[in-house]
Amino acid sequence: MLKNRIIPCLDVKNGRVVKGINFVDLKDAGDPVEQAKIYSDGGADEICFLDITASNENRDIIYDVVKKTSKKCFVPLTVGGGIRSVDDINKLLNCGADKVSINTTAVENSKVVVDSSKKFGSQCIVVAIDAKRNGDKWEVFTHGGRNNSGIDALEYAKQMEENGAGELLVTSMDRDGTQAGYDIDLMSKISSEVNIPVIASGGVGNLEHLFDGLKLGNASAVLAASIFHYGKYSIKEAKEYLNSKGIPIRL
Amino acid sequence: MNITIVDYNSGNISSVINSFNEVVKDKINIEVTSDLDKIKSSDKVVLPGQGSFKSCIDALNKITGLKDILNEFVITNKKPLLGICVGFQMFADVGYEEIETKGLGWISGKVSKINNHNGKFKLPHIGWNQINIVKESKIFQNIENNSHMYFVHSYEFIPKEKNVISATTNYSSNIVCSVEKENIFGTQFHPEKSDKIGLKIIDNFINL
Repeated sequence: MLKNRIIPCLDVKNGRVVKGINFVDLKDAGDPVEQAKIYSDGGADEICFLDITASNENRDIIYDVVKKTSKKCFVPLTVGGGIRSVDDINKLLNCGADKVSINTTAVENSKVVVDSSKKFGSQCIVVAIDAKRNGDKWEVFTHGGRNNSGIDALEYAKQMEENGAGELLVTSMDRDGTQAGYDIDLMSKISSEVNIPVIASGGVGNLEHLFDGLKLGNASAVLAASIFHYGKYSIKEAKEYLNSKGIPIRL
Repeated sequence: MNITIVDYNSGNISSVINSFNEVVKDKINIEVTSDLDKIKSSDKVVLPGQGSFKSCIDALNKITGLKDILNEFVITNKKPLLGICVGFQMFADVGYEEIETKGLGWISGKVSKINNHNGKFKLPHIGWNQINIVKESKIFQNIENNSHMYFVHSYEFIPKEKNVISATTNYSSNIVCSVEKENIFGTQFHPEKSDKIGLKIIDNFINL
């Protein structure tokens, strides 16, 4: 039986992890390679890097991080942040990323999604949707949540599936950073709208939220950052909890 | 010993290269090439593949003589070859992704879309699923039945001869996820992305 996935996400800025794991045995708390290895050894089903490096000049740093990580981690590695072109995707894949997550560019230039999924296969193209509630619908935001595109998130999700996305990474901007749990309504609506897997993101504060995202939100995978940082919960604890609640999990 | 990973522009092969290098730890030479002479003189060949059946077959056909060299390696010389994902699907006679496309024909059968039961099962089949080992295979040495492997695909290989099937996985139906036919080995899942247990499968192939 196919298992639900737990995906820890690390924010990487100029080659360093911004919020990291607060483990005493870590030699270097800011090293993304070392942290990714700890997560994969701990049973993470995938690893996600979000490159939040502000300037384009420092773009090469993330390539180097991905290269080093992919030589040590043998679970899928997804990289997002600042991807603008098919060439950017090609570079990341060549460095050892298994999937890329495309956000702003997918809204502004959906041809990148169409072309890259044709060229590299849908399996490595994840479209990230940052959605914010407006009345009884959700709108898609770009540029790290700064710009409202006004596009309806449900319609957009459907369109991205048609464009060749293999997965959708859906983040609720209303919930992100609140630790109040995923926006279950948003997750379940998008999940029933499309036939590709949905990864829930934004708002996890405890293990029950992971359960809700999978069970009620009907997500195939859950992405979380802060609950795994600073050692609040380990991946193992999260998996054991979900398993005890009857969620199919790889232990 | 020489192992060649065939580089024929079949999509992202970095992870395959990294995993083989991790397993051999500099003790064995891993060549990544489409050079026909090098493939010919290898002891073992790995055939990766990502994207669509058609795109991989097209990429293979673009390199003049590659198909013939692989045929000679596998069929005439009976040397071990491991196909991964679409590299494994290409063993079939025919694939139906995008358009009907002729495969390598090493293992009789077809590749068609997984039945998603009207959307009940999401496609691609992405994530960790358990394998059900149905016959002993040399690459499954010390691999426990029901081990988890990482999958990502929307099409399945349906071989005609059921005796080549070494493992299946359940997703909407029993999907063939591993075959062994004499010197030919293939996995639908990605051993290179299936953590330590996946690396063990690679190790088993190297040590055949």
